[in-house]
Parts: sequence; C-alpha cells; structure tokens
Amino acid sequence: MDYFLELFMGGLTRGSIYALIALGYTMVYGIIELINFAHGEIYMIGAFTGLIVAGLLTMLGFPGASILVIAIVCAVIWAAAYGYTLEKVAYKPLRNAPRLSPLISAIGMSIFLQNYVMLAQTSDFLPFPELIPHFAFLENLGTIMSSAELVIILATVASCVGLTLFIKFTKLGKAMRATAQNRKMAMLVGINVDMVISATFVIGSSLAAVGGVLIASHIGQINYFIGFIAGIKAFTAAVLGGIGSLPGAMLGALVLGLTEAFATGYVSSDYEDVFAFMLLVLILIFRPSGIMGKEKAQKV
Amino acid sequence: MKVKLSLIALCLVLAAMLAACGGEAKKDEQKDEQGDVKTGEIAAPAKVVLGVAGAHSGDLASYGLPTVNAAKLVAKKINAEGGINGAMVEVVAQDDQCKPELATNAATKMLSDGVKIVLGHICSGATKAALPIYLDGKIVVMSPSATNPPLTQSGEYPNFFRTIAPDDAQAALEVSFAKSLGLKKVAVIHDKGDYGKGFATFCQQFIDADPEIEVVLFEGVTPGAVDYSAVVQKIKSSGAEGVIFGGYHPEASKIVTGMRKKDMDMPFLSDDGVKDETFIKVAGKYAEGVYATGPMDFSSNTIYQEAVAAHKAEFNADPGPFFPEAYSAALALLNAVKVAGGTDYDKLIDALHNSYVETAVGKIKFDAKGDAEGVGFAVYQVKDGKYQEVK
Repeated sequence: MDYFLELFMGGLTRGSIYALIALGYTMVYGIIELINFAHGEIYMIGAFTGLIVAGLLTMLGFPGASILVIAIVCAVIWAAAYGYTLEKVAYKPLRNAPRLSPLISAIGMSIFLQNYVMLAQTSDFLPFPELIPHFAFLENLGTIMSSAELVIILATVASCVGLTLFIKFTKLGKAMRATAQNRKMAMLVGINVDMVISATFVIGSSLAAVGGVLIASHIGQINYFIGFIAGIKAFTAAVLGGIGSLPGAMLGALVLGLTEAFATGYVSSDYEDVFAFMLLVLILIFRPSGIMGKEKAQKV
Repeated sequence: MKVKLSLIALCLVLAAMLAACGGEAKKDEQKDEQGDVKTGEIAAPAKVVLGVAGAHSGDLASYGLPTVNAAKLVAKKINAEGGINGAMVEVVAQDDQCKPELATNAATKMLSDGVKIVLGHICSGATKAALPIYLDGKIVVMSPSATNPPLTQSGEYPNFFRTIAPDDAQAALEVSFAKSLGLKKVAVIHDKGDYGKGFATFCQQFIDADPEIEVVLFEGVTPGAVDYSAVVQKIKSSGAEGVIFGGYHPEASKIVTGMRKKDMDMPFLSDDGVKDETFIKVAGKYAEGVYATGPMDFSSNTIYQEAVAAHKAEFNADPGPFFPEAYSAALALLNAVKVAGGTDYDKLIDALHNSYVETAVGKIKFDAKGDAEGVGFAVYQVKDGKYQEVK
C-alpha cells in the first residue's frame, strides 16, 4: 500500500509540473488556436532566472524561504516579459497568415531560445540549490512524500484555483473568454483583442516559470535543454485533457503524470513513455477532442 | 519522352562519373607503383617498418592521428638511441577513416608491402574487418583503442593485442568491487543508451554468473525525464542493498539526489561516464560517497610524462585521445621485435606474451588472449568534493 501511495504522490508531483506548463499551452490555443511550441523554453528560462536570482540572494545572505519566494517572483516577471516579447515578435505579425506560418515561427523560436540560453549560459548541467526547505509535516506521511513534493502540489493547486477564479470573475477574464469564443465579435463589442492575447501569453508564461523554479529546485539541476521534453509532455497533457480547456489541461496533466509513475512502478521505466503515448492514442481514438474537450461546431 | 531523355542523361552522367573514378584509381595505382619503387630503392636490410593504421582523415581523425604521432615519437626516440639491434624504425601510415571497407584495403596494402607489425586500428568495427587479413598474412596487430571485448576474448585472433582494457573489464571490476562492499542484492539501472546499457548488461552477466550476488532490478530510465522519483521508489521497494548505474552524469546525479532525499543511504556505483567533475558539481553534497570506476591514472608515470613532453616539443600541442595507449603499444611492439631478434611471427607473439616492457601505461605484458595485463580501471570515490582512488 505504501508503495502505491509513494508512486501516487510521485505521479501527482510530476503531473503538477506538467499542469503548470500545460495551462499555458491550452490558454494560448484556446484564444488564438496556435500551438506555442516555444512554451517549454519559457519554462526553461524561468528556471534559469530562478537559478541566477537564487545565486545572487544566497550571496547577499537572505534566509532560505525568502529566497524561494523572491526567486519565483523574479522568474515570473522575467519569463512573462519573454512570453510577451515572443508573442509580439514571432506571432503578432503572423496573426492573419495561414495557420502553418505561426506554427513554424513557434518551432523556430523554440530552437532560437534554446541556443540563445546555451550560448549565454552554458551547455553543461548546472546545479540548482534546494530552495524548498525540508520540514516535517505529518509524522507518517513524511516517508511517503517529501516537503518539496507537498509544496509543488500545493503551489499547483493554488495556481489552478487562482487562474480559474481570475478567468471567471475578472473583467480581463471575461474578455479572454469572449475572445476565445469569437475573436471578431469580441473586437466588434470593443474588447482590445491584442491586449487580451498579450495577457494570455503573460499569464501562461508566469505559470510555466513557477513550475520551472519549483521542479528545478526539486531535482537539483538544470540545463538549456530541459524545456524541450517538459514542453512535449505538457503539450501531450493538454491534448489529452482537451486542448483549449483549462480544467482539461489540469486533468490531462495529472492523468499523464500518474500513468507514467504507475507504468514505471508496476511495469518498467523502459515503458514509461510507451504507456504515456499509448494512453494519448487511445483517448484520441475514443474521444478525439480529449477528455474534457468539447466538440466544436465548424464555424460557417 | 521526357522520362526517356532524362534517363539517358542520367546514364551519361553515371558513365562520366565512372570514367572519372577509373581515371583516379589509375592515378592512385601509378602513384603506388612509384612509391613501391622508391621504397624498394631505399630498402636496406637494417630497417623495421612499423605500420600505423586507423582514422587519419574524416570525422574520427582526432582519434587516429594521436596514434600516428605516438608512433613517430617512439620511432624517433629509438632511432636516436641507435635503432633496434642496429635497424632503423620507419613509420608507414594507412588511413581507414574507421570504415571497415577501407580498413581491409589498408590491411591488404600492409600485407603487400611486407609490413610485419601494425599499430592499429582505432575503431573496433574497422579492426574486426581487417584482422582476418592480418592473420592470413601473419602480421602482429596491436590496437590502442579498440575496446570491443570479443576481439581478444573470442580467441579467433592470436595475432591481436591491445593496450586498452576491453569494455567488459570495467563491469567486471564494478561487480567485484560491489561484492567487496558486501552487497548481496543489487539494482542495475541504465540510461538505455549504447554505452550505458552495454555496461549495465555486462554487469548483469557477471552478477548472474556469481551465486553470491543477485540482480533484483534491471531497468532503463529515460534521459531528460522530468524526475525519477518512480524509479527511486522502485529501487527502494526492490530490496536492493546497492545500485549500479550505467550511463552519464546528468541521470546519475538526478537518481542519487532522489535516493538521498528519500534517506536511502545505500552505495551507488557507476562507470566512467559519471567519473566526471561535473557530476560532483551538479549533485553537490549528494555526490559524497558515490563510487565510480574510471581509467587508471597514469599521470605519475615517468614514461607517460616524457611522452607528453616529447609530443609538446615536436608538435607544439597537447596529445589527443588514446595517445598514452598508442605510445605504449608502439613501445611494446618494437620491444617485441628487439626481444625476438627480428620480425619472425611466432617469436614476436612469444615475446609479447612473455616479456615485460616498461610503457606509459605501466609495466605490461599480454595475457593469453592478448589483453595487456595491469592496464585497466580503478575505483574512485567522492570524498570531500573530489574523486579519490579507493585503494
């Protein structure tokens, strides 16, 4: 039973990270129907920012937990700036181009950002300090789940709840939903669509940056390439849950994380990816729009 | 009609290319003939030809050229001391670009030139392709870098020797070291790559052959995965007393960090992909106590130091990979010629098996299979943020 619980918690942690990145994919897709392949790189840039800020703060002698908070805040600001710029440089000029052009542009940006970070920093693996302090929370739960995992899961839950409330109850959230429903109509009723799209990129990038700092601190190392695989997995999670849907992205990410953890635990880690993608194929066969996705009527 | 025209054009082009190739080949032959004539002219009885074969051009040249330099340096040194029993050493190089088909050409050329001792080849595949030709021609071959185990262990090539330890020697050392730590149950983890999985498989074979120790888990992890917590749980629940990992340092440091965070203090053993300063830097305090095997350290060997200094003086650069092994192989081959009093095949083989020679990789002779005795790997452990040899 303990083994099952441990795997479950590991899967939940992994799923939480996927969820934080997948939300960005799904939001951007929901609004402008673009798969932002450079999103994984934003996550990576968030992690690098966290590393640099944490290094600076440690040198200045800040206490442990405050480093984590400040590093996350800085990573969020910096990654959001990258997300905003990315949209302005690579996607806005192509807003009315054929669907394939922004996609190619996204892949190009992904490769550009990877190489840029590789040249600006290093291609080596770098150690990432343990920012999440060790603390005991429940006597017998501690062996099953570490404090870092708890913090990651809680941070994800908080982000998801916050985002949902934001979309539901704020004016900008309402504008985002309107833009997602019909961009032209939203424009006609006076919504500043460009601003809404920029806001979407900023919010998505911020969430990815939170994920980047948390996971890097959990596993203790980063390099310029971490965004690629995490991005692919988060994209898979978003498709699994139904791309365009926020709860779908969260659910898809958790399902994917748990599938991988149980496949490793009960079958073999050789088959981790095999099971993950088999699940994707199965879901797409039986529910082509994903778990929570809605069948969309073709606009005529 | 269009198709037909283009077909004809294609045929013409092909024909033209063939003709061009033929022309070149002819030119090569002519050159070779001239070369033969020349060597024939110089050929005096007091000469020992040391053939050097390997990748001297192409993308793997950086592995092969240090061997040529090593051979030249050894030849120069021996000639300066008056040669071998009065005979001067001459180095003749043949390029194979690490390609098996070019390796057989090189071998045939060596055979037709009457070379009796060859230093090379560099890559295991090329070596394997060339060996039957050398065996038929009774040529002694010594590689500084071909680590594929069956080359010696199959017993098919009594004329083949090497001054580098085969791939499985590291696994054998790893397993015997794990036993000396008192481990009975081991989890063998690898990164699914050629190198990591190969190493892990060798470890598994050695453990399976030994009744005192068993593999309780054999698994591959996906390099680059977000985290390895599930694998770490699995190691924990498998009841393993220690972990052997085959692969490189990024995965190793992730697994070690995960294990230590879960309070799993069991020994972690790995290979020379992990015996790397970056591993210590990345894993930080969690690296402490990790064991890794790696090539023996020859930097305190005087011949090694002399060889490196000579290389710097002669070529104005640091020697490349496999230089000490190649230098040692050249020394061993030429010493065998000296001991055998000539290039008689049986006497050469006998000399290599039985007489010790001082080289850059220590004082060596060759075992019955052709592997150098005493060359190999050592176990290192991270202590105070540094790899230190475990004595």
